[in-house]
Amino acid sequence: MVTSSATTGTAQRLAAGLRLPIGIVAFLALSLAVLGIDQFVNALTLGAIYALVALGYTMVYGIIELINFAHGDVFMVGSFIALFISSSLLGNDGSITDLPLLAGSVLILFALTIGIMALVGALIERLAYRPLRRAPKLAPLITAIGVSFILQNIIQFFFGPTIVSVPQLVPIEWSIQVAGARVPLLNLFVIATSVLLMFALQLFISRTRTGRAMRTTSMDRDASSLMGVDINRTIMITFLIGSGLAGAAGVVHGLYYGNTTFSLGFQSGLKAFTAAVLGGIGNTAGAALGGFLIAFVEVGASAFGYGRWGGAIVFSLLVIFLVFRPTGLLGSHTGDRA
Amino acid sequence: MAPLLELKDVHTYYGAVHALRGVSLTVDEGEIVTLIGSNGAGKTTTLRTISGLERARSGSIKLKGKSIQAAEPHEIVRLGIGHSPEGRRVFARMSVRENLEMGAFLRKSGPDVQKDFKKVFELFPRLKERENQAAGTMSGGEQQMLAIGRALMAQPKVLLLDEPSMGLAPILVEQIFDIIREINSRGTAVLLVEQNAMMALGLAKRGYILQIGEVTLEDSCSKLAKNPKVREAYLGV
Ligand SMILES: Nc1ncnc2c1ncn2[C@@H]1O[C@H](COP(=O)(O)OP(=O)(O)O)[C@@H](O)[C@H]1O
Ligand SMILES: [Mg+2]
Repeated sequence: MVTSSATTGTAQRLAAGLRLPIGIVAFLALSLAVLGIDQFVNALTLGAIYALVALGYTMVYGIIELINFAHGDVFMVGSFIALFISSSLLGNDGSITDLPLLAGSVLILFALTIGIMALVGALIERLAYRPLRRAPKLAPLITAIGVSFILQNIIQFFFGPTIVSVPQLVPIEWSIQVAGARVPLLNLFVIATSVLLMFALQLFISRTRTGRAMRTTSMDRDASSLMGVDINRTIMITFLIGSGLAGAAGVVHGLYYGNTTFSLGFQSGLKAFTAAVLGGIGNTAGAALGGFLIAFVEVGASAFGYGRWGGAIVFSLLVIFLVFRPTGLLGSHTGDRA
Repeated sequence: MAPLLELKDVHTYYGAVHALRGVSLTVDEGEIVTLIGSNGAGKTTTLRTISGLERARSGSIKLKGKSIQAAEPHEIVRLGIGHSPEGRRVFARMSVRENLEMGAFLRKSGPDVQKDFKKVFELFPRLKERENQAAGTMSGGEQQMLAIGRALMAQPKVLLLDEPSMGLAPILVEQIFDIIREINSRGTAVLLVEQNAMMALGLAKRGYILQIGEVTLEDSCSKLAKNPKVREAYLGV
């Protein structure tokens, strides 16, 4: 009796555990068939950027239940910091074909931008959100909107209100042949970078002491502090990491699109936020998944000539999806989350 | 010698709600002290104020004669106050083992911590059986055991227990109370908050009666149990 029910339990859990990977593989295969390899790679690339930004939304929501409207703008500022470092500091204005030099420049670009944005994020938390920790939820929300405007205005002041171009360090002509199609190395680089960062994040959250503190704090802040977790420090580290990832996304965005603008955070940031909700807000794996899903919908829409409707389609799908599954893809009662 | 834990005239507010109106109490080394009161009297608030989860607006809270009033909750844990909160608050999606590991969050993992794992599993064999099970899937009694075990993993000098009997079958309550006695006999002082006055008075040495944020009576438990007012109000006789 006991053993048989235990076996069914295991089988059920296994089936539930496999549903998601099978779903993802099926979805990818279908998308590849429908979109063709070019658009498929584009969607993966766009998804990688959305996913990086979505992580910050979801981590902050998970830990303080704040929809950090300024997060998209942190991503935007990251793209400008990257622009500044790349063109003013390193003196680039185009692609670099010397491989060691390219690798060095890109590495410096990532390291500095991630570092600076992590500090900016932590600073925002310290100055704008921590003082409101015990205030009603609406107060930090309004503050977040305020921070969003402040960041946009600062960037407009220094870089102007128009689209500015960003040096595309990785030569766009570099490519490999996959099944007869030309796949730019740049796309692969963007995808690989983002996947690498996401893996690192998952490892950090699941394996380190601070990662455990982040998980317990998002489950139950009081209980967590009764374990000896320093809540303020944990929240600050969450902002640090989320903003660092947004900084990385900013670098990647510039390298990939070759431009940026002060309203980037509003346009792309909102979609990344949608990705976080779609994935199940508070869940890091869900945010990544949501980012890719939204990119596929968007790229799919434009592949079929509905590019102008991309945003509308994305948000309609979100609403319909949430009606049937309010907790999002991986929300609240399945699997493990951060 | 200064008492292990001492509250003097503590006032705590929730916004405009004056929840604690001058609470004074002491817990000595090795003692079990109980704080009894009906629903809403301020028992939970008292424990939360000691742990730093709520801020006292005035009065003093001292551990071994040193003020801990300005300390953050995580610092208070480090100073030796363990707290098993009302409603257990175990980390539902983590395993029993991970919950206990969180209890030892401030300690360096090593043979000492391993020894305490063993001790907790000795006290609560049920937890050993469920070591890898998600805490949220366990029964209320098992979660209560986990909450207490988790607090013990920090090696507290004094353990605050907020209604460990809440929602448990009488037989389980007996078990939990036996274990509290056992924990105390190993040298941990206990401040036990209860609505179940009968059980609490049987276990503790001294008790305080809390009414609407004020301590209205304090005495040895044997005397409190004989006090007609206490019997009428809390023992249902
Ligand atoms: N978070 C809160 N906000 C406002 N009032 C609260 C809060 N928590 C408790 N109270 C009030 O404080 C008083 C004491 O509550 P509590 O300490 O929970 O009592 P007990 O644990 O003895 O049942 C009650 O009147 C309760 O309504
Ligand atoms: Mg209570």
